[in-house]
Amino acid sequence: MTARRILPPAGRAGGLPAVSPAVALRLRGRRQYLILRGQRRRLRELTSVTDRTRAIAPGAILLFATLRNEENRLPWFLAHYRRLGVTQFLIVANNCTDGSEALLRDQPDVSLWRSTASYKASRFGMDWMNGLLARYGHGHWCLTVDADELLIYPHWETRPLPALTDWLDAQEIPALGTMMLDLYPEGPLGEMPSRPGQDPLETIPWFDSGNYTLKRQSKLGNLWIQGGPRARAFFSPAPHRAPTLGKVPLVRWHWRYAYVSSTHTLLPRHLNDRAATTGGEDISGLLLHTKFLSTIVEKSREEAIRGEHFENSSLYNGYYTALSSAPQLQTKHSMRYQGWRGLEALGLMSRGGWL
Amino acid sequence: MTVGYIMLCHTALHRAAQVATHWAESGSPVVIHLDARVRGAQAERLSADLAVCDTIRFSPRHACEWGMWGMVEATLDAARLMLEQFPGVRHICLVSGSCLPLRPPQEFADWLAGQPETDFIESVTTADVGWTMGGLDAERFTLRFPFSWRRHRRLFDGYVRLQRRLHIRRHIPEGMVPHMGSQWWCLTRQTLAAILDDPRRAEFDRYFSRVWIPDESYFQSLVRLHARRVESRSLTLSKFDHQGKPHVFYDDHLQLLRRSDCFIARKIWPQANRLYREFLKPEAEAAPRAEPNPGKIDRLFSRAAERRLRGRPGLYMQSRFPARGREGALTAQPYTVFAGYDDVFDGFESWLSKSLGARVHGHLFAPERAEFAGGETIWNGCLTDSAALRDYDPQRFLTSLIWNSRGERQTFQFGPRDHQDILPFLARDPHARICMISGAWAVRLFRQGGDFESQRREAARLQKIETAMIDRLRAAQMPARIDIRPLAEFLEDPFEPLELLLNELRPGPIRALSEPPRLGEMAGFGRFVQNLRNQGMKPVLLGDIPLDEPVTPGRRGARSRLTEERGS
Repeated sequence: MTARRILPPAGRAGGLPAVSPAVALRLRGRRQYLILRGQRRRLRELTSVTDRTRAIAPGAILLFATLRNEENRLPWFLAHYRRLGVTQFLIVANNCTDGSEALLRDQPDVSLWRSTASYKASRFGMDWMNGLLARYGHGHWCLTVDADELLIYPHWETRPLPALTDWLDAQEIPALGTMMLDLYPEGPLGEMPSRPGQDPLETIPWFDSGNYTLKRQSKLGNLWIQGGPRARAFFSPAPHRAPTLGKVPLVRWHWRYAYVSSTHTLLPRHLNDRAATTGGEDISGLLLHTKFLSTIVEKSREEAIRGEHFENSSLYNGYYTALSSAPQLQTKHSMRYQGWRGLEALGLMSRGGWL
Repeated sequence: MTVGYIMLCHTALHRAAQVATHWAESGSPVVIHLDARVRGAQAERLSADLAVCDTIRFSPRHACEWGMWGMVEATLDAARLMLEQFPGVRHICLVSGSCLPLRPPQEFADWLAGQPETDFIESVTTADVGWTMGGLDAERFTLRFPFSWRRHRRLFDGYVRLQRRLHIRRHIPEGMVPHMGSQWWCLTRQTLAAILDDPRRAEFDRYFSRVWIPDESYFQSLVRLHARRVESRSLTLSKFDHQGKPHVFYDDHLQLLRRSDCFIARKIWPQANRLYREFLKPEAEAAPRAEPNPGKIDRLFSRAAERRLRGRPGLYMQSRFPARGREGALTAQPYTVFAGYDDVFDGFESWLSKSLGARVHGHLFAPERAEFAGGETIWNGCLTDSAALRDYDPQRFLTSLIWNSRGERQTFQFGPRDHQDILPFLARDPHARICMISGAWAVRLFRQGGDFESQRREAARLQKIETAMIDRLRAAQMPARIDIRPLAEFLEDPFEPLELLLNELRPGPIRALSEPPRLGEMAGFGRFVQNLRNQGMKPVLLGDIPLDEPVTPGRRGARSRLTEERGS
């Protein structure tokens, strides 16, 4: 029944490791620097193609993305997020050479910017994202994702994002923590062609269910999650280099916030603290990662030459070489996507207290 | 005989209007109170929407801040209006703008008509409530709360502390016993009128205006002074989570709400189109339905609270990462670790696997690779046998293995040759059943043969590691699940402890050991141990190994005590 308390909410207290005042001050400086840098690069490097930001209604859920040549993924990407209740897309097209830009320009709910500057120099697009978030995202629930990431969360098929964000607001939870779940096809990569607009779960429905590692990182307070098919297939000689999977893509934005490294971490650090530490479970979602659609093999060959990805491109040459040879990720223990309840039962996400 | 509804609204006014219209059209009068903080345009739209209905009234507007007196004031004014304007109303039901009738209004009216003198209001004394959290239950009535908990939390807390320190206690109006309960009630006309017209009402109002969350205690207390028959329960299905925040119902709760057979539910998500569509349908159904029974769906809510507060033990993921000491069990289910058994017995793994009727792993933490059962290179959940991946985070490797194999008890071998980082975790985990023969590595060394000098060095190395192992395990102080036997003691009667263990691990009736495992070649082992001693090594973990006799099972009593004769 009526159960009210004047204590901090259970399950959240004390989760965040304390940092010294000096570190706190440094983090604050870093945050301010990132915000300014985002504004500067937004103004200098982004050219508006179509601007529909004036149509942003109060309380609208906004989606921010940087992308390059995603003609194949975009139709499903837009359809998926529209279905979830995203009403405005704010997208930066970086050096697109395919039809992505034309496709986005014609959408009634997309505001498009073009950038010809270096993806790497803008911290993999995050400066542009921070710039746009600060300019348009303040006060809104903002989703920042890549074109190959599809957010799902408990009840997503029956409850759109506004249901989730209303509930998060009521619970005073400022952000949704997620893990990237790499999806892969049956058989060798690149063999199963996918049409634009096709649900990726039709061609790449397989995933790893239970080989993830987690470490608490005290400075930013986030969980460093690694594992999955990429770690086991490509990084077993050097597991610490395996891709980071934890992300915080959905945040009730404030202009004082800034993403630090991709959407893995942001500042202020309390936003990264998305795991219950008292033994209970908080709510969390998954980013279905459609990196391994059939185009991956070709794209890897290209990326290896382009060298625009990741902190240390030379580290990833071996990875791209491996990918270019069309390996098979599916094993006899791979699981097939069968709805969110299955994923929750496997412990890959949780509804927390959201009944 | 009609039911009147008092509706307190502040958001999602279009939904409130829809529900009010539904009631009005079925002939029930509705008095709407609109929070004074709602802006003019929205309020105007609401009254315009409802202008067509002549049984809808608007009561004087008050600012209804959560936990403050305004809510009660608003209710009192609305109740007055209801009683004055609609003399035909026999029961008055207090609802909010996010309530939804789950059954046709006529059914509700008929049901109430069957109990014309009963007041339905949850009303419990402070001593009996189990549901207030965080202190303030009795103190709600003995302290003053002039500050808003929502807006001025520090003032609120500070003033509470101050009053506690000064031992200030309010005087509770004479003859009134404080009761609390859900704020959503359904009272008879007589009771409500008696509360409104009470000669001492000014005194009560003054008192309650400084009580915390008076909407949960004003009517709940005063009803005890006036009612003829109180049924202490709320007719409104309303569930709260562990933080006292109301659960919200969505489209996918349709069946759940139907199953409850309740008359009214709150709170409904304003965009739950399907719920509003289904439940506000002009009802044709005439079949009599069951009594309201919110208990039928309680299990779901308690499961949700359990998931939120206790979580699934043994699961580590992006939204469950317990701090040390808060994990509950460290792993999802019990598992068994055998240390040294595979050194002593030939083919121990396959024998154990056969005896248990289950898969048994080899050395999961072997330096070269994780030896999964059956020589598999990949296990449930796509855990691979890569030593590098495993050693990157051995704890997650083990917890994942146990989690991924829920329903199948995991058993694996462990020993001083293995990667030791997992040991502190094993020692802490109440799910780990550890059976160890200390010094068993010596048997394997003895059987391997080879250069004695390197054997001696290896023996010293293994003994050092094993000593540390034992120290770690002993420090755990959980003797019931950690069983350590020195080799010599084990060899005296190897099959009895095995039989006990098997019966513990194997479901079903207790059985005798039908086919014991094969004890490997032991002839000359006593001499081998003595040689180690002679070379200056002190094999302390083995126990007393007889010098020359062949070691055979069941040789209890026939021992020659070497150590007593010679120091080392």
